Amino acid sequence: MSKHKNVSLTADVLVIGGGPAGAWAAWSAANEGAKVVLVDKGYLGSSGATAPGGTNLLYLPPDKELREAAVQARLKSGGYLAEAEWIHRVLDQVYINLELVEQWGYPFVRDESGTPMRDHLQGPEYMALMRKVVKRAGVKIVDQAPALELLVDEHGVGGARGVLRQEDGEWEVRANAVVIATGGCAFLSKGLGCNVLTGDGYLMASELGAELSGMEFTRRYAPSPAYSSNTRSRLLGWATYYDKDGNPLNGQRNGDFLATKLLEGPVYAIMNKADTPEKQAILRKSHAIFFLPYDRAGIDVFTEPFPLTLRYEGTVRGTGGIRIVNEQCATTVNGLYVAGDAATRERITGAASGGGAFNASWAICSGTWSGKGAAEYARTQSLGAGERNLRPGGKYGLRKEEQRAEQSASVDTRELVKAIQDEVLPLDINYFRTEAGLTESLGRLNELWPKVNEQTPQTSTERVQAREAAAMAATARWMYTAALARKESRGAGLHVLAEYPETDPNQQYRLLVSGLESIVTRPESAAHPAVAAVANDTAAVQSAVKEVQAG
Amino acid sequence: MIELVSAERCIQCNLCVKVCPTNVFDKTEGGVPVIKRQEDCQTCFICEAYCPVDALYVSPFTDEAVQVDEEELAAKGILGSWRETIGWGPGRQKLAALDQTPFIDRILPPRPVRAAGISDVKVQTS
Repeated sequence: MSKHKNVSLTADVLVIGGGPAGAWAAWSAANEGAKVVLVDKGYLGSSGATAPGGTNLLYLPPDKELREAAVQARLKSGGYLAEAEWIHRVLDQVYINLELVEQWGYPFVRDESGTPMRDHLQGPEYMALMRKVVKRAGVKIVDQAPALELLVDEHGVGGARGVLRQEDGEWEVRANAVVIATGGCAFLSKGLGCNVLTGDGYLMASELGAELSGMEFTRRYAPSPAYSSNTRSRLLGWATYYDKDGNPLNGQRNGDFLATKLLEGPVYAIMNKADTPEKQAILRKSHAIFFLPYDRAGIDVFTEPFPLTLRYEGTVRGTGGIRIVNEQCATTVNGLYVAGDAATRERITGAASGGGAFNASWAICSGTWSGKGAAEYARTQSLGAGERNLRPGGKYGLRKEEQRAEQSASVDTRELVKAIQDEVLPLDINYFRTEAGLTESLGRLNELWPKVNEQTPQTSTERVQAREAAAMAATARWMYTAALARKESRGAGLHVLAEYPETDPNQQYRLLVSGLESIVTRPESAAHPAVAAVANDTAAVQSAVKEVQAG
Repeated sequence: MIELVSAERCIQCNLCVKVCPTNVFDKTEGGVPVIKRQEDCQTCFICEAYCPVDALYVSPFTDEAVQVDEEELAAKGILGSWRETIGWGPGRQKLAALDQTPFIDRILPPRPVRAAGISDVKVQTS
C-alpha cells in the first residue's frame, strides 16, 4: 500500500466521470478557455459502458428527409415524450463531433464509395483517443478518484470531494461549475463495463436538490451469456434459440420472448444463421467482444449451444436520469450541469431505450453542451471558488462523525447491496411489473433505506462501496416510485404495468421525481403540440401530482 | 474474473493497476501486482488490452473463480489474444480500421429477427 496522499485543487469546471460524456464535457469546457479538472472513479479510457466493447451511434448524413424520417420514427416509438428539435440538435452536433474524432485519428472504415462509416466506434480505441484529446486540451485528469459528495453554499454547487482509492488519500476540487457525468445505474449486475455505474451522480445531485426524470423508463435487460458479462447482443440476430432439450424456440423474438422463456427454463442459442465462413469472419470483425466469453469457454458459437441470461441494465439502457432544464444541460441547482447517462435522455429517446445508438450520441452532444455551459457559467461568477464558504453536501452512506456516534449495530455493505439487488434484478418484479409487486418491493426498499446510514466503512474502498450502496438504494426507490405513478404503459416497453396495459393520452408527460427521505413526483410537459393540450388542462395536471411518503 | 498475473511475463509497469475500472489490483513493493479484490472484477477484459506483455488472463466466468494453468493458456495462444484481436501492439492493424459493423446488415439472416427485442435499437428510417 502506498502512503497517504491528499490532493486539493481549484478550477473553473470540475467534471465528475471519465466515460464518453465526461471526456467530451472536459474537452468542451477546456476549449472555452476554462481551467478543467476531470476525476474518474476508475480511469479515463477504460471506465464505463462504452470502453470495453463498442457502440453504435445515432448518426445520419445531413440529408433533410432522412433525418426528418428518423426523428418522426423516434417520436412515435418513444411515446411522444421526445422532442423533435432536440433530436435534430443531436444529429447536427454529433455529425460535427464525429468529423473531429476522425481528424483526431480514429480510423473509420469506408464503404465502396469512399464514405466514412461513422456510425460505430470500437470502445477501447475511441476512449484511448479521447483520453489523449482531453489531456492535450489541458485538462487535469485524476484517475482512481471516486467522488463521494458535492460541495455547496448558498450560491449553488462549488466542487466536490472524494477519495484517492489507491493512495488511501482524499481529494477536494473547488470549482464554480460542476458537470456530473457519472453514468447511469446498473446495480452491479455485471453487464459489460457497467459495474462502475451505480447512480453516484444521481445521489450527489439529489442531495443538493436536483430532480430526476424518466426513472420509470428502466425496464431494460440485455441478453448475455449465463456465465459471463457480455451484454452486447446485436449479433444474437444470427442465432437460433433452443430450450434445454434442443427444441428450437421459434416465433418472433421480440417483446417479452426471452424473459418469458427464461422464467420457464434455460435458453440456449447457436449462431447458426451465420452459416458460411465469410459471414462468420464479418461478424468476428464487428462486435469482436461478443465472441470472447465463448471462445474462452471453449464453445464454438456457430455450431454449439451456449446458455443465455438477461442482465439488468437499469438506467444505462433505460432513459431516466437527472432532469435538465435548458439547452446546455443545466440542472435546477446553480452551477450544476449533467451529461450522458447521468442525465435524462428523454428529450431525444422518449419512452424508448437509448441503448445501442442514442445514448452514445447523447453522451457526445450533452458532454459538448454541458462543458460549454459550465465554462460560461464559471466565467460569470465574481467570487472565486477558492474564496467561497463551501460545505460538503452529502448525507447518505458517508462516514460522518454525527452518524457514527449514534450507531449501535453496523450494517454490512455487501449484504445491503444484495438486499437492494434482490428488489431490482428479478424479472418477476422489475420486468413483469405489476402495481402490487412494485408496491411491495418499494415498501421493502423503504425499510432498507435507513440502513444506508448504518454502514461503518473504514478503508477508501469501503467508503466508496458504502456510498454506492446508498446511491443504488435511492435509485431503486426513485425508479419504483415513478413506475407506480405512471399508471399506463408507454413507448417501446421501457415501462409497463400489468394493470394498465394501455397508453393513456392524459399521461403524455414526463414524470419528475425528487427527494430522498420522502419522494415527490410531478409531471412535466414535453414540448410537443399534443402534450401542450394536456398541460393546459390544469385539472389533469393537478390530479397527476402526488406525493408519495416513503418509509 | 481476473485469474492470472504472470510473474514470468510481468514487467511491473503497473498499468493494470492504473487502468482497472473497478480497482481489483494492488501494487506491491518491488514485485508484480496482486489480484487483491477479485470479487470486484466486472470481467470487462480491458486490463488485458492494456497489458504490454500479455501477462494477464481474464476468465469468462464472472461469478466464480476458476483454476487456470498458465502454460496451457500460453500454449493455446490465449494469453494476449484480446489485445491481438483489437489490434493493439506493434505491427498490428487496429480492429477499428477493419471494423465490419457498418456492413453486417448486408448479411442479415433471411428472416431478420431483432435480438430478443431488448438489445440494441437501430435507427428506424422508414
